[in-house]
Amino acid sequence: MNFFANQWFSDWLAGLGRITLLARESVASAFTFKFNRRDLLYQIYFIGIKSQSVVLVTGAFTGMVLAAQTYYQFHRVKMDTATLAVVSVSMCSELGPVLTALMVAGRVGASMAAEIGTMRVTEQIDALRTLATHPVDYLVVPRLLASNIALPLLTVEAMAMGIGAGYLVGVYLMGIDPTYLWDNMLKYSHDSDVQIGLIKSIVYGGIIALIGCYKGLTCGLGAQGVGRATTEAVVYASITILITNFFLTLTLEQLAVMLDL
Amino acid sequence: MIDVRDLKKSFGAQLVLDDVSFRIENGESVAIIGRSGGGKSVLLKHIIGLLQPDSGDVVIDGESIVAMNERQLLRVRRKFGMVFQGAALFDSMTVAENVAFGLRRHEHLTEAEIAKRVARTLDMVDLPGTEEKNPAELSGGMRKRVGLARAIIYEPQILLYDEPTTGLDPIVSDSIDKLIMRVRDHLKVTTVVVTHDMRTARRVGNRVMMLHERKLYANGTPEEIFASQDPVVRQFIDGVADPQENLF
Repeated sequence: MNFFANQWFSDWLAGLGRITLLARESVASAFTFKFNRRDLLYQIYFIGIKSQSVVLVTGAFTGMVLAAQTYYQFHRVKMDTATLAVVSVSMCSELGPVLTALMVAGRVGASMAAEIGTMRVTEQIDALRTLATHPVDYLVVPRLLASNIALPLLTVEAMAMGIGAGYLVGVYLMGIDPTYLWDNMLKYSHDSDVQIGLIKSIVYGGIIALIGCYKGLTCGLGAQGVGRATTEAVVYASITILITNFFLTLTLEQLAVMLDL
Repeated sequence: MIDVRDLKKSFGAQLVLDDVSFRIENGESVAIIGRSGGGKSVLLKHIIGLLQPDSGDVVIDGESIVAMNERQLLRVRRKFGMVFQGAALFDSMTVAENVAFGLRRHEHLTEAEIAKRVARTLDMVDLPGTEEKNPAELSGGMRKRVGLARAIIYEPQILLYDEPTTGLDPIVSDSIDKLIMRVRDHLKVTTVVVTHDMRTARRVGNRVMMLHERKLYANGTPEEIFASQDPVVRQFIDGVADPQENLF
């Protein structure tokens, strides 16, 4: 038992080391502009445009559920008009970035791992290397940068959809006075909530792309290897996002207080 | 010039190459033969730096590539072209995009110049007019030809072929052999062909090397190797299974 625990821990540490090296190589490559700009644009299209429906539906229904649940609790203490303020703060600093990232991890992270993994098992990555092309420049950097650009934009959309849908539920379903609802939302929401959400989304974009690409580049042979890499990319990215979210919330909220944002 | 010195490689507990040494001069054409799973493709991947040996050295034009990192290797690999066993074409690209890949990445040419070079190279491998096809639409032999076109478009000094005729019918195999010889003579490239097809080895190699039980077992001209009376070489050339050996 002890042997397996040690083995698991050393494998985990080795994996962490390899993904750190991949991140370092990718950042160095991004700053030297060795990647192809057309590939970057295509990835922004694939991650950003193609994720629209998933993100809009997620944002809207999360905002609606949050508004309804908050209303039922607040109505008991006659705080109905604070409903949208709760929706806004939650959507901007927590639910918007986290749920968007989880949805994108499922759609895009899996696709990155499967595509790169298939390239690995069919020797296409070796072919890239024989054509004097670094796989990090060609495959990882465009995906990493595109994730970092697309995820904040998708997060803003999810935030807006959530708040808009929450407003509609509050006003038309629950019958809350729209003026007080809107005014309280503006009063209790701060710029820092949006800023925290955007910083988080940039970090999550990096996590999704790095884990998706890493799992593809290191996947085992055959269809089983690709399948496992795809599943692991989604699971590891989702868990990493949730754990990172806790520490980011602590750090960024403290920072916002210190800087008086 | 390719100089392989005391190369050793193992995967886990399995030793695949054991003290393999040889030298290939510029312009030579060498066929490496040996049984399936005998380490031929592994050896080829060491020559271009796709694999790192456990010990030993690989020297390309006087430069040791074993200690190089991936970025330093990219510079050396511009001297190489490699044709893979399964062609390894990029399946998200058309034939023209596959063939032009190396040119687009490393040379500053206009689209018209690239299109002209692609057409000329496809013509050379007897696949004119296939630019807009997808790799999935091509037969095995055609895929190998596109793989060769992709490898030769930027006129490398060394061409490596990994089992170029495996899985092809005898007629297509014959046309691939002729193509390898035509490219060798036309571009004057150093050619290394890994194969277990005896006809290919005899035709394309000025020299034949045989790997057996992890070591370089025989090295000579095709005439010497094919006339050899050594029982191991003879058994492989004649394709006779050892009755004592448990193959399954």
